[in-house]
Amino acid sequence: MLQRLEHLLGIEPLTREQITFILDQAAPFQEFQRHPLKKLATLRGKTVALAFFEASTRTRISFATATSRLGADQMNLQAEASSLKKGESLIDTVRTLEAMRPDGIVMRHSSSGAAAFVAQRLEIPVLNAGDGTHEHPTQALLDALTIRDRRGNLDGLNVTILGDILHSRVARSNIHLLSKFGAQITLCGPAMWVPAEFEGLAPNVRRVLRIEDALEGADVIVVLRVQTERINEPALAAEEYILRYQLTSERLRLAKSDALMLHPGPMIRGLEIDPVVADGPQSCVLEQVTNGLAVRMALLYHLVGGAPADAPHPADASSSANSAKGTSNAAD
Amino acid sequence: MRVVEKRQLLSAEEIGRTLQRLAHEIVEKSGGTKDLALIGVRRRGVPLSQRLAAIIKTAAGVSVPVGTLDITLYRDDLSTVAQQPVVHSNEIDFPVDDRDIVLIDDVLYTGRTVRAAMNGLFDLGRPRRIRLCVLVDRGHRELPVEASFIGRLVETSDTEIVEVRLQEIDGEERVMLVDRVS
Repeated sequence: MLQRLEHLLGIEPLTREQITFILDQAAPFQEFQRHPLKKLATLRGKTVALAFFEASTRTRISFATATSRLGADQMNLQAEASSLKKGESLIDTVRTLEAMRPDGIVMRHSSSGAAAFVAQRLEIPVLNAGDGTHEHPTQALLDALTIRDRRGNLDGLNVTILGDILHSRVARSNIHLLSKFGAQITLCGPAMWVPAEFEGLAPNVRRVLRIEDALEGADVIVVLRVQTERINEPALAAEEYILRYQLTSERLRLAKSDALMLHPGPMIRGLEIDPVVADGPQSCVLEQVTNGLAVRMALLYHLVGGAPADAPHPADASSSANSAKGTSNAAD
Repeated sequence: MRVVEKRQLLSAEEIGRTLQRLAHEIVEKSGGTKDLALIGVRRRGVPLSQRLAAIIKTAAGVSVPVGTLDITLYRDDLSTVAQQPVVHSNEIDFPVDDRDIVLIDDVLYTGRTVRAAMNGLFDLGRPRRIRLCVLVDRGHRELPVEASFIGRLVETSDTEIVEVRLQEIDGEERVMLVDRVS
């Protein structure tokens, strides 16, 4: 029996069974994205707070779309317009949101551990949409779904992650997730961005500094965004990064012929990735975006959808027994 | 609370004969099979719809498209359950627009499953007509829903449960009336 998830704070604490369950539950929502009428009433009457204390475009839009496609309402908080600018503390801000009685909170914050900190203090489910350099669990889940769809399973992959590993929560979540399925993970990038300590993050993680060596035999290549605010530091010129680490079609040929290329976006064509690779048949970037919706709908459905475990229930004992009876021939 | 088996409503043989009759009725009352499609409601409507399609194929020589519908996301009791029911994919690989659809389910009871199934179908398109075919109608409707094709009408009390057991899912073939006794 799957242990019920109360929050989604990161991939690290999840079991392989829980991850598989989430991916299996995302599958019906993948099919749903192709419906002519993309609107459910499943979470009608529920409210999801989208609290983005750090700028986000794609993750915020994806969660907002997932929320509205399930029929729930949203409360939006965005960094630029929030009272954080006025000096309010994180806990005061989220308690204020909670006082408006949302049924769940999706949260992004620049501090690692912010989602866990909030989860300990609120009564509602917290979904981590990225916390500092710690984790970005929904990204890893959508990546896993994309890989599983293309390859049929997740087991025993050779995965190469390229770029700024040190500052990447996507890399951390992917390492945790894929290593639970027995992946051999190769981290590659400029030495200052690929600290040796990462080899201890999960079993079978190694660090390789030459991209040609890192790509050999790869089944999956995750290209991270090079954060230009970091690369413009004098330590590494963009030209040098391109020369040494850009995923070009020549380099891609070093990986297995059917290797998949994933990128969490936003992509900077011509910097970390050659446009030919970005648009090539091995690129999964657009599937990743669609799968992100499916994964987030599945998570919102399971985390926000249920009745609160301990809250007094609107239906009394007799009427809930009646309603259970009402579907006993339908439910299995 | 215990559950006791009270009596058998249909044997394997009777299920088979009932499905034969239902398949013929569906063809007869559809004015041709041109736009006809069967959609089984998960779970036990699925093998029933496949069997009906096989009978129609043998009897009328036409392959009627068959699909599977999962109604989990359309249930009206989700806010009363702490753990969300597992969602399954629909498997309907034909457009439902302008189709003459027969929904197939094992038991018609409150009518809430059928309401959910219709909502699910409307999200996929606009069928020309939707009818309902059930193996057992046990009464106790809570919504204004009736079936066009009924295998067996059974009078039940509201503590009783009609259990349809099918070879494909349950490894045995019969319909039982069971009761909950405290």
